[in-house]
Amino acid sequence: NQSKFPALSVFRSSPRFLLSGPCFDLYSKGFKMSISRAPLMNLVRLKGTPILEQLHLEERLLRASTDNWCIVNDGTNVPTIVMGMSGKPSQLLEVGPVIKDRIPVIKRFTGGGTVIVDKSTLFVSLICNKDDVPSVQPYPRSVMAWSGSLYGEVFEGVDGFQLRENDYVFGDRKFGGNAQSIIRNRWIHHTSFLWDYNVRNMAYLKLPSKVPQYRLERDHTEFVCRMKDYIERSDFVEKTVKAVGKQFAMKEVNIEDIDSYAKGEHVKSTRLLTMEELQEAMASTSQSA
Amino acid sequence: MAARFLWASRAASHLRISVAQRGFASVVLKDLKYADSHEWVKIDGNKATFGITDHAQDHLGDVVYVELPDLGRSVSQGESFGAVESVKATSDINSPVSGKVVEVNEVLTESPGLVNTSPYEEGWIIKVELSDAGEVEKLMDSDKYSKFCEEEDAKH
Repeated sequence: NQSKFPALSVFRSSPRFLLSGPCFDLYSKGFKMSISRAPLMNLVRLKGTPILEQLHLEERLLRASTDNWCIVNDGTNVPTIVMGMSGKPSQLLEVGPVIKDRIPVIKRFTGGGTVIVDKSTLFVSLICNKDDVPSVQPYPRSVMAWSGSLYGEVFEGVDGFQLRENDYVFGDRKFGGNAQSIIRNRWIHHTSFLWDYNVRNMAYLKLPSKVPQYRLERDHTEFVCRMKDYIERSDFVEKTVKAVGKQFAMKEVNIEDIDSYAKGEHVKSTRLLTMEELQEAMASTSQSA
Repeated sequence: MAARFLWASRAASHLRISVAQRGFASVVLKDLKYADSHEWVKIDGNKATFGITDHAQDHLGDVVYVELPDLGRSVSQGESFGAVESVKATSDINSPVSGKVVEVNEVLTESPGLVNTSPYEEGWIIKVELSDAGEVEKLMDSDKYSKFCEEEDAKH
């Protein structure tokens, strides 16, 4: 059955026709085609932005903006420890060396574990309206299934990539730490990818009490791997943008223009831990030792 | 499933309310009111007790942390007052009605899993003094909430 107006027909078996910038992906079955506009996603490219600043930006865009966002930060400026919302420094960090070496410690607004990030880390954050990703329920496992599928496209052809017990791994080695925050109608999924890392920095982190089963009591250096051994840095970024661009219409936004997208007050829970808090953590560690 | 109905029946008996048996679906207690963000509320005079529903806890996964508000803080209908953490995610808890926080469930600090194992009873999250009893009319009853959950799940 050929529709008189093929552009307006309902396309039953593969209903997605995406408009992504100037490019069209055309699906046709017989003579039926349809056009539906993909939701817009703003793309912000950063380089060397301090991770505290990046997290403040993300929390602001999640809570005070109604747009979808993809933020890519190519490295942060100094080695920084980032804990999840419920993280306790006394349990997760070797607090003595952290204080001695003056490593900043951040508690972020999302869940999940502890990472130490630096200039070689690559950050990708996706903030979405739940209605713009209708296949995804606003719950953690549903969001992770979606993101796992998205990164599956990015790492297509790279041996061993999978989402394993909520971690991004090559085989049994983790190369990205991810976390999420879900609010009423929106959610964020953000990842710090271990492009490369300094083994010495891993020594600031304790073995957490809760670990995925596949970790098998391995210490950090045996558990993680470097993404640079699997994919080129620029290749990864462009493939990620392309994978996101299959589901959204991408629009580049300069960081200088952010104010026009996110107005008003919002809950701010990401913060830098004070020296007093770290010293208290060290004291409580000594008492329990 | 039988075990879930058993604890729901015990909870209902304790709360003196009846249970809607929904087969393999999550448990919904009659005589509570429900928000579309999956919080339940029990009204007792000018006080209200909140928590998250069985549907919510089932979808969230194992809760490992509950962020509780400070006593005396104001909460507004539909707005976030705290969060739960599960599966690497923080999820906002939204207030079903407006009021002032008069009690928080401190037990959740040491035992956050109560939100999963006993969402309507031991896993209660806060109690508030209502500021506008009329707001309860905007919430769903158990039948509407059951249907709401079914429709939401059917979309995915």
